Amino acid sequence: MTSEGWIGKPVTRVEDARLLTGRGTYIDDLPMPHAHHAAIVRSPYAHARILGYDVRAALAMPGVVGVVTGADVAAKTKPFAVGVTSPVHYYCTATDKARFVGEPVAVVVARDRYTAEDAAELVQVDYEPLPAVVDPERALDADAPVLHEKVGTNLANHRRLVYGDPDRAFAEAEVVIRERFRFPKIGSTPIETYGIVARWDPIDEVLTIWANFMGPFIMHPLTARVLGLPENRMRLIVPQDIGGSFGIKTSMFPYIALIGLTAMTTGVTVKWIEDRREHLLASSSGTDRVAYRELAAKKDGTILGMRFRWYDNVGGYIRSPEPGCSYRPLGNYVGPYRFQHLEVEASTVMTNKSLTGPNRGYACGHLYFESERMVDLLAEKLGMDPVAVRKKNLIATDAFPYRTPTGGLYDSGDYAGAFDRALEMARYDELRREQAKARAAGRYVGIGIALAVDPSVSNMGYVATALDPQFRAKPEYLAKSGAMEAATVKVDPLGRVTAILGTTPQGQGHQTIVSQIVAHELGLTPRDVTVVDEMDTFTRIWSISSGTYSSRFGSVGTSATALAARKLRTKLVEYGAHLMSLPVDEVEWREGAVRAKSGKGASYTIKDLAGRGHWNTESLPEGIEAGLQATAVFHFDVAKAVDEHDRVNSSNTYGFIAEVMAVEVDPRTGAVKILRYVTVHDAGTIINPLIVEGQIYGGALHGLGGALYEDMQYDADGQCLTATFMDYLVPTACEAPTIDIAHVSSPSPLTTLGSKGLGESGTMTVPAVVANAVSDALAPIGVRINELPINPSALWARIHQAGGPDMAPRTPHSLGASRETRDAPRSAG
Amino acid sequence: MSEPVTVRLTVNGVAHEGRCEPRKLLVDFIREDLGLTGTHVGCEHGICGACTVLINGEAARSCLMLAVQANGAEIATVEGLATGGTLHPLQEAFREHHGLQCGFCTPGMLMTALDLLRVNPQPTEAEIREGISAVLCRCTGYHGIVKAVEAAAKVLVPAKRV
Repeated sequence: MTSEGWIGKPVTRVEDARLLTGRGTYIDDLPMPHAHHAAIVRSPYAHARILGYDVRAALAMPGVVGVVTGADVAAKTKPFAVGVTSPVHYYCTATDKARFVGEPVAVVVARDRYTAEDAAELVQVDYEPLPAVVDPERALDADAPVLHEKVGTNLANHRRLVYGDPDRAFAEAEVVIRERFRFPKIGSTPIETYGIVARWDPIDEVLTIWANFMGPFIMHPLTARVLGLPENRMRLIVPQDIGGSFGIKTSMFPYIALIGLTAMTTGVTVKWIEDRREHLLASSSGTDRVAYRELAAKKDGTILGMRFRWYDNVGGYIRSPEPGCSYRPLGNYVGPYRFQHLEVEASTVMTNKSLTGPNRGYACGHLYFESERMVDLLAEKLGMDPVAVRKKNLIATDAFPYRTPTGGLYDSGDYAGAFDRALEMARYDELRREQAKARAAGRYVGIGIALAVDPSVSNMGYVATALDPQFRAKPEYLAKSGAMEAATVKVDPLGRVTAILGTTPQGQGHQTIVSQIVAHELGLTPRDVTVVDEMDTFTRIWSISSGTYSSRFGSVGTSATALAARKLRTKLVEYGAHLMSLPVDEVEWREGAVRAKSGKGASYTIKDLAGRGHWNTESLPEGIEAGLQATAVFHFDVAKAVDEHDRVNSSNTYGFIAEVMAVEVDPRTGAVKILRYVTVHDAGTIINPLIVEGQIYGGALHGLGGALYEDMQYDADGQCLTATFMDYLVPTACEAPTIDIAHVSSPSPLTTLGSKGLGESGTMTVPAVVANAVSDALAPIGVRINELPINPSALWARIHQAGGPDMAPRTPHSLGASRETRDAPRSAG
Repeated sequence: MSEPVTVRLTVNGVAHEGRCEPRKLLVDFIREDLGLTGTHVGCEHGICGACTVLINGEAARSCLMLAVQANGAEIATVEGLATGGTLHPLQEAFREHHGLQCGFCTPGMLMTALDLLRVNPQPTEAEIREGISAVLCRCTGYHGIVKAVEAAAKVLVPAKRV
């Protein structure tokens, strides 16, 4: 294959050979011969005042070169800027108080890791333990312990957002559904933990950081400010290989500041590799959330409006980009449905748990778990099939591009088409018949459905929704928006092509995808293209949104690559035309060469042009820039700042997911078995179906982990109960389902190739589809799932509360508004 | 801290001798003293399986063992699988079936799968899942890995008969 044809091909990955032979370059593999090692002293208390430190014994240990404590941090660094106006002082260690178990309080640097860990045990920290609070609702009680005295409350942020006229929608409703939900604290726990190496050059005053960080993103400027460094004196280098992230490594920037400070203080190169216990205690997770939901509808199933009331638990401090937990899905709050009236009351609460941040599916797993359960509850209340209720409310295929009431701009889609495809693949009607038979035989089989709009490429402007419109209207307020990425494609003097990006892939195969796109655009094969996709803030083109997060590469990185390749192609065509003494419009790029459209005369391949263009610049046409390379910076025009009505297009491309799952519940054990699982995705143009399938499988298993197993648990004193992989249950191959996958394609009009992201995929839908399927399975005994994870013990308890497995099936009872609620939701209208 | 001891072992057919503290983990010895960074550390408590190597032919966690305990042992790590420029059939199958994404669990997964195929050359899908459940992967949903091990079994069994 010479030209065209590389988009959509299941090309095997160029990354694989090195990773399969043990030649990957992860952070811990970088040769750092003179590095010393850090061990972090962490708080054993969830909430305690720090009265003092005694580091003498640690410093006296042979091999120890220095200790940095919270007192040094308070003296030498600034607190991190937070995305809210509350005066939360968040430093890279505890300073005045420790606010969660595992919070760093000091760092010991020694000649090797073993010595550093020994010395860390000798650091004496004098604590005055304080009462702890871990529940986000309890934390708002007047008598709850307050974490930050200067804030005076545990409420870090609160916004009430109103779109349309929700009061009227509820007043006019013929049916109102109310429910309370709980979503667990889940961490995607990449198998490679955080790692940082910091080197301080005191003469040039440059701090070089090597880290498996997925930015720079907004965190690079935040971190430089904390350390008092200009950004062009803090060099971030991300190694070629990162061992997974799933959003979690967005949140390592406080450690970059801490290890950076440690290097600046001790004068030695400092290396820190997080261990698993540290990771589970103190890296990052999504929020645990309590949600109160209300839905207003007509008797025919038309949804008129919704109310969301959220309590998101961000742990001991609100760390950027939180409170994204509440606002990341703002543009797609309504999901795939047409309703226009919505009220959102979002409370971001601080408690004595570890801190939160982006975790695969960032806030969308929560959103769709609640919304899709509500739709099923509506169907149940009206005696309608859950498929019929959804179809009644879907955004029509001819309505795209579709502006949501919250400001989202759904670029393309065919939701009904994708949904029908999923139902067809699942043989939905037949499944229902099989279910009826199974029920008659006393088995608990259920069918779940979940639909989701899959947002990709966050518009970083959404975070400003946390600030109220009056604040944003002040003249000194600087608006925020944007999503960009850069790529360079160059031809070397012997005619081979190199593409350079500053993305930070964590297993998504960017090198493969970029090589496909460049080969496609230039009429080469992927093997002809070398791809360098490592971030180095001193050499790459980057901006505030740069990094690999929010499923953005599939849209924005691919667009920049294609644009750069096309720009280079245009230049090569112009050069070729000049060599052929023909006007540009009489030549074309065909099969990897510039050729006369007439078919006559000489042709010039990339190699021919490189040989002349590099070695003899005199041969270039007048006015053309020397050098055979092109750089393109792609950005989305639709990424605007949040408006005065709190509307914002929070992402830039929006895919779609339709899922059907059949499960069987064993009422004696509470175990859930997946019988069938169908997922249909619309991510626009697919560049590599092999990689896409991998993303879908991986995302689905993360979703399943959250639905059935994973939960970072704390006791009432704030002690973390899940600090090992023996307690924090990650699915193994035995729990992983087989998935029937299909695609429909509505190419995005906004991206160069029509592609959209889909990296988060099933993390958004699986919690919802599992909860719906299990609720349907247990409908005969009236058990409805409103809390995750549905682990066997939790489900067994629910089944037994409902009378146990031996009770005769009965008609589901009607939903009580205050069932299992401690705080009655506001009444309708 | 105790005095260093001498550790002699064979890795991928090459004899090595090193001196380290008695408390040094085997995985740290392999990575730091021998410079073989293909073996990864994911949890240091024996659950994730990323550090799995073959010790005298059997899969074992190199994070749960001291280097001194491996004195005299023959160890195989991921670096020893490919010969020259040719991937081992198991590695080739992982590439063909997209059995890896970030690649961090992959060395442990390969060594575990190799041990599985040695003990059970023609495993069923359920047996493969059970066999590789000793290694946690957060990227792939295990689908590509299961397919790869199935495919490798088909290639490796006839090869052994030759």
